[in-house]
Amino acid sequence: MSSSTMRSSGGLRPDRLARPVPPPAGDRPSRPPRRRPRREPARQFRGLVSPQTLSTTRGKIIYWTVLVTVVAGFTAVFVFPLYWMVTSALKSPDELAQIPPTLLPSAPDFSVYAEAWDQLDLGTFLRNTVIYAAGAWLFTLAIDVTAAYALSKLRPVLGKLVLAGMLATLMIPPMVILLPAYLTVKDLPILGWNLINTPWAIWLPAAANGFFIFLLKRFFDSIPRELLEAAEIDGAGPARILWSIVLPVSRPIIGVVSILSVVNVWKDFVWPLLVLPDGEKMPISVGISSLSAQMPQNVLMAALVIASLPAIIVFFVFQRSIMAGLTAGSLKG
Amino acid sequence: MTTTAVAPSRHRTPGAVRRLVRRNLTAYGFLCGALICFAFFSWYPMVREILLSFQKTNFVGPPEWVGLDNFRTVTEDSAFAAAWYNTAAFTLLALVIGYAVPFVLAIVLNELRHAKAYLRFVVYLPVMLPPAVAVLLFKWFYDPGPGLFNQILALAHLPGLSWLDSTSTALVSLVIVSTWMNLGTGTLIYLAALQSIPSELYEAAELDGAGLFKRVWHVTIPQTKLILLVMLLLQIVATMQVFIEPYLLTGGGPENATVTVAYLMYQYAFSFGNFGGGGALGLMLMIVLMVFSAIYLRVSRDDKI
Repeated sequence: MSSSTMRSSGGLRPDRLARPVPPPAGDRPSRPPRRRPRREPARQFRGLVSPQTLSTTRGKIIYWTVLVTVVAGFTAVFVFPLYWMVTSALKSPDELAQIPPTLLPSAPDFSVYAEAWDQLDLGTFLRNTVIYAAGAWLFTLAIDVTAAYALSKLRPVLGKLVLAGMLATLMIPPMVILLPAYLTVKDLPILGWNLINTPWAIWLPAAANGFFIFLLKRFFDSIPRELLEAAEIDGAGPARILWSIVLPVSRPIIGVVSILSVVNVWKDFVWPLLVLPDGEKMPISVGISSLSAQMPQNVLMAALVIASLPAIIVFFVFQRSIMAGLTAGSLKG
Repeated sequence: MTTTAVAPSRHRTPGAVRRLVRRNLTAYGFLCGALICFAFFSWYPMVREILLSFQKTNFVGPPEWVGLDNFRTVTEDSAFAAAWYNTAAFTLLALVIGYAVPFVLAIVLNELRHAKAYLRFVVYLPVMLPPAVAVLLFKWFYDPGPGLFNQILALAHLPGLSWLDSTSTALVSLVIVSTWMNLGTGTLIYLAALQSIPSELYEAAELDGAGLFKRVWHVTIPQTKLILLVMLLLQIVATMQVFIEPYLLTGGGPENATVTVAYLMYQYAFSFGNFGGGGALGLMLMIVLMVFSAIYLRVSRDDKI
């Protein structure tokens, strides 16, 4: 994924990539081009405070005071707790109970990580989490991309009704259908299957995501029709068009959906708590919390560090896409 | 409907009909995975939620219709009023702390020209942590003995609090965790909205002699009005479903001080085995939340950001 197309949510529009083909009028019925003014890179950005004010001595003093305060404050509020988590893990139980606490562990003991890994069976939990997240990602892409493509470009009879039904699920907060969804997974209607303690209980519900359908369909809507019609004239079928034309230009939005789907599964707690009650099948956050009461504090902290590392690494690597996904959804584009 | 969009003026020759049928078959072939998933895991549970609340489910025989019995059981529960009160209080407190703060942070961040990447990364870091991790971490901070918060209070020569163990501070403690782990989302969304405000507006306001706060009031807020409203509604809907904080931190105690509707619903189903009672609570919560969701949809349809 090239970084330039992901720089802002504005990068999420293929019609900007395919400028030579003018989008025909009326091709994007509900989605007028955004009128958000975009500043040219050459021009200096200004916010509330003008550059002139900032260049005065007084302005500079105030600016640097604010900057230092904000950096220190953010570090204290958002980083220090994590520092405390990492160092608490390295302290002995005696040192943890000490008042006042030590800022640095007096005798850092890294074996606690190995202990946490073994005692809490973190290897199994992590493997489970990876399996759930990867499967959910695959199912989400396979199911939601094809569905959004069908709704956007093939436009079947009753397509609008289907889309409305899918978007309506966005209005239902997940918590209120928790119990019926659990009962459904426990005894699937018609089929009578019990998906409890199987990965399917995570994978399939994860794919039923109206928000992803909405994001993907809106993106596909903005792909110029000419591109597809040209391929159609060359004899390509719908599957071929999806694979060779739609998917390549949709890389940015597929990246966003991919990351969101993996992060969703990684962060989810209530649903796996209900549908994966078997200790061998739990994902990491459910697993750790189910064992948290009987763990010594330093072992628990080590387990929390191990559980948060993958999330922090993923965030570090995919920062841009994650933030693009955030604004793509809430600003509607 | 758009089935004729491809060939609006042509007559429907046999070939066209065949093409139309084929296109629809292909389309539904592509859609079937999603239709099955939505039917099983979204649409049917929505209907079942309503049925559930009027039924008695015992997993042995078929469910039995009991009318409003479940609602009667639930409303007569002493925890019922507490749960609604706590949920409302949690939502309000989360709004007081968690709604204005991200906006202010975003305004400040937007003015800074240094350390931007760092600040943005750091503010979103807690959002990336699995919520269970953040909550368990704060459970340790709230420890009345060597926990971090009481140690900080001790440093400032203030008496320690019993945080999660006292009816007066337990709910606030939950709000603090929840705010800490969700603050980043709002901040970054507002930041994106602020960056789209044209500089000319600020320049013009400044030429007119508007001071800093007047510029915020007359330019920033009107320009971000819609997103502020959308975030308000989203936050209400999100915080009213609060579950993981009471589940992991307090178990609803002390003395029902942190029982929330979602948590009570969970308790009914999985501690008391009363899925009907849980369903009744879920339905009430659904009705309340749908009001906010409906307003949200109305608002976000005015696509004028």
